[in-house]
Amino acid sequence: MSSATALATPPAPAGAPLTKKVLVADQPTWCPGCGDFAVLASYYRVLEKLQYPHEKIVTFAGIGCSSRFPYFVNTHGGHYIHGRALPFAAGISLGGDDLHVFVFGGDGDGFSIGGNHLVHTARKNVRITYVIMDNFVYGLTKKQTSPTSPIGFKSKTDPTGSFDQPINPMRTLLNTGATFVARSHATQVGHMTDMMLRAAKHDGFSVVEILSECVEFYEGAFDAANPRKGGTWTMIEEKKNDGTPEDAKRHDVTDEVAAFKLAGQAWPGSFGVFYENKTRPTKNKLEADLIAKTRERTKGASDLQLLQSSFARAR
Amino acid sequence: MGSPHTPETQGSADSNGTPRSIHDVVIRLAGNSQDGIQAIGGFLARLAGRSDQDVMTYMTIPSTISGGPSIFQVRMGTGDILSAGDRADMLVAFYQHSYDAHIGSLRPGGVLLYDSDHVKPTADDNRFTNVAVPITTATVEAVGGTGKDKGKNIFILGLLARIFDLDVQKLATLIKERFGGKNEDVVRNAMLAFDSGYAWPQNNLRDLFYRFEAADRVAGASTRPQVTLDGNTAVAYGLLAGGVRHGAGYPITPWSSIMEILRTELPKYGGIFVQCEDEIAAVSTAIGFSYTGRLAITGSSGPGLSLKMEAMGWATMAEIPLIVVNVQRGGPSTGMPTNVEQSDLMQAIYGSHGDTPRVVLAPKNVEDCFYVALEATRIARQYSTPVLILTDFALSSRIEAFDEPDLSKLMVEPKPDFTERGADFKPYPLDRVTHHAPPGTRIASGKYPTVTGLEHDEMGHPTGSPKLHTQMTAKRREKLKTLAATLPAPEHTGDDTGEVLLVTWGSPWGPGREAIGRVRTAGIKAGHLHLRHIHPLPNGLEQIFARYPKIIVAELNDEGLYGYGQLATLLRARYANPSIVSLTKTDGLTFKVSEIVAGIARHIESKELEATVGVARSSALAAR
Repeated sequence: MSSATALATPPAPAGAPLTKKVLVADQPTWCPGCGDFAVLASYYRVLEKLQYPHEKIVTFAGIGCSSRFPYFVNTHGGHYIHGRALPFAAGISLGGDDLHVFVFGGDGDGFSIGGNHLVHTARKNVRITYVIMDNFVYGLTKKQTSPTSPIGFKSKTDPTGSFDQPINPMRTLLNTGATFVARSHATQVGHMTDMMLRAAKHDGFSVVEILSECVEFYEGAFDAANPRKGGTWTMIEEKKNDGTPEDAKRHDVTDEVAAFKLAGQAWPGSFGVFYENKTRPTKNKLEADLIAKTRERTKGASDLQLLQSSFARAR
Repeated sequence: MGSPHTPETQGSADSNGTPRSIHDVVIRLAGNSQDGIQAIGGFLARLAGRSDQDVMTYMTIPSTISGGPSIFQVRMGTGDILSAGDRADMLVAFYQHSYDAHIGSLRPGGVLLYDSDHVKPTADDNRFTNVAVPITTATVEAVGGTGKDKGKNIFILGLLARIFDLDVQKLATLIKERFGGKNEDVVRNAMLAFDSGYAWPQNNLRDLFYRFEAADRVAGASTRPQVTLDGNTAVAYGLLAGGVRHGAGYPITPWSSIMEILRTELPKYGGIFVQCEDEIAAVSTAIGFSYTGRLAITGSSGPGLSLKMEAMGWATMAEIPLIVVNVQRGGPSTGMPTNVEQSDLMQAIYGSHGDTPRVVLAPKNVEDCFYVALEATRIARQYSTPVLILTDFALSSRIEAFDEPDLSKLMVEPKPDFTERGADFKPYPLDRVTHHAPPGTRIASGKYPTVTGLEHDEMGHPTGSPKLHTQMTAKRREKLKTLAATLPAPEHTGDDTGEVLLVTWGSPWGPGREAIGRVRTAGIKAGHLHLRHIHPLPNGLEQIFARYPKIIVAELNDEGLYGYGQLATLLRARYANPSIVSLTKTDGLTFKVSEIVAGIARHIESKELEATVGVARSSALAAR
């Protein structure tokens, strides 16, 4: 539990640039060496680059280690119940269309208890940026098998090794109909920042899976993609449409089939933007359009006149 | 049988054919759900609403997708109509199965009007005035074309208009309004069927002609126009009047029509209603809306409410305002989805985990659905907390006429408060009711607040402090006690002191009130206390209870393991008053007035009261 520490920094005057100094809040309570520290650092950099009005940024989370995130960021935000942060954030995004809504969660929150919400928030294309800090294990509850734990993983709930087929996060995310799907690694801060930045700028439901190691309960889980640990870091080369022969081999982010092929690569696979759809309208826009069309028909009647006429029809 | 003024004797018109004057009439229409009998009921109800007559309806619909037996009962008349009537004065039977299933609901001396194309009444049954009309053939002849017997319902409406001397002009207007959106043929066919029913040869009707007593317009009575709505629509309109512009839901009977109305209406008001993937997403989306400063509504029925409970616990902990409507039905589980029950009371108050104080309100009739919804919006905003509205299947589906609310005085259109909060802003102050700064609000200190389901300090930071958990738990509890102190005295009618007090909540208000009228007519001093604020209860009930040696709580749920219904259990725990007893039933139907009267008679025959009431007198009452 974090204590009620006061902010170390004085308040920023209105209109002052949003710096990391302004954005830090409580001291993170994660274990030393946790991958989530790097994700937090990247988020500060993303917000520094975007320079949204401070009061318009909302940072929310579900439940899990990752979900302590909002306490460490000085923006409007908070901490909702396990697995349900997305429909909650959908209410925030649709209710306050001028807000920038970021949701942080883990693999349990996103792919297990919240799996159904992920599918539906994504298919509706609600304008939200969702970051899944995937560590392949339940950490807060101290090492149980998670929906992304690989077969053979020994945990407190699978002492002899898990045998349930894990979820393929990228294939799952592509399948939801999310309009921006990317993958990164917590040891690649520059890449991670770039992915989160592009996700934030995407007009629609954007999701980034970040492999974020749990040093306490699944040490070395992502070494295969970490060159410093002898692994291979493979970045997706995106098509530049420059007509060169090498461009033909590059990945077209608008090609869903190609994205699914990337998602089917052998572990540890590739990192970068798998899929991006800039044409599908957001639910935010479709609802606004419905309101506009409906109000055209009611010819600017006031709320009072509208309800009065409903009652008049019941006479 | 209905009020004492209802015609008791067989036949109705004098020998010279003058219509007999009646106070009110209960008509039960029994057919199949595709015959449009709900439509007849709707026409009659709206006609009553436009004619200074009071009206109460009751209907059953099959929970199958299409077809199946269905009834619509309408009670209309002069003066207050409090219940849909225990027994019918007239039964309109479209089919043999309608006759077989419902002839028992017709009072002896009542009128059986049946479709002689389909129904053969029991030959030696002389209890009723039988009127045979070939409804199917007559409708086909009148309308012609390929519509087969479509329009039978409108034919019957015409026939009823003749029998009860209804305002034909107004009915014709209603028919045109109802079908006006469709093509002209539809209106023309409907009017052909109506005229044919109205002109059905008089001598075939065995001189059955009635006229409602003229309404006494009480001096000072409302001159507002009457509106005719069902309870779900009234809830939706109450929320609109209360400035609710956002909501989310998932379909479940009988809640669904509220979300259908809001999905259609809210865009007109610049609002959004989201149909979600499940109940949990629905409550979560609604709380998300509320967090942005726009009070939102979600709702469901029994099982769906259970699914929302964890999120509602979060809203209590994080102190976010929220409206939750629960249209109760028969439970547990899928139970009886198209029947009435009041068995979600404990769930409404105590559902969820942890100490979760929550406001629970229950409307008494359709009109009250509007006002309770409006009040819920005020309470939710003022105390920044979830408010649960407990209605039920009976209220949701029945149609009543009532005074049109004066919207120019009632309507509120609050906007989110984005004014900059001072440097001393705390999201969870211990000395005041929480009022959040919605996102979009600048905070002068530069310290942006977190809202959370973890126990927290005044700034919203997580804490494991035993002292803070004690203080914050008390803070969440005390604001409801503050609310309790502001609640108006509950509706207390009949004798201010006496032998027995009947306590009701929710839709049994009407039959309860009518029952107390009968009990008092029988010479027993009795009062009726109706509670619409269920949690917190209004202060001062103990003083009222002290004035009666027997307090009977009538509610539509089970007596439980210890012999008391859910509200009775609560009142006994709260007031430690052994005079509080219970009258419950679980047949999935609304209370009949006679059931409550019999229940009261049973209770006041109990040993403690024998001396004061007298066995003979209560037995006489029971026999009525």
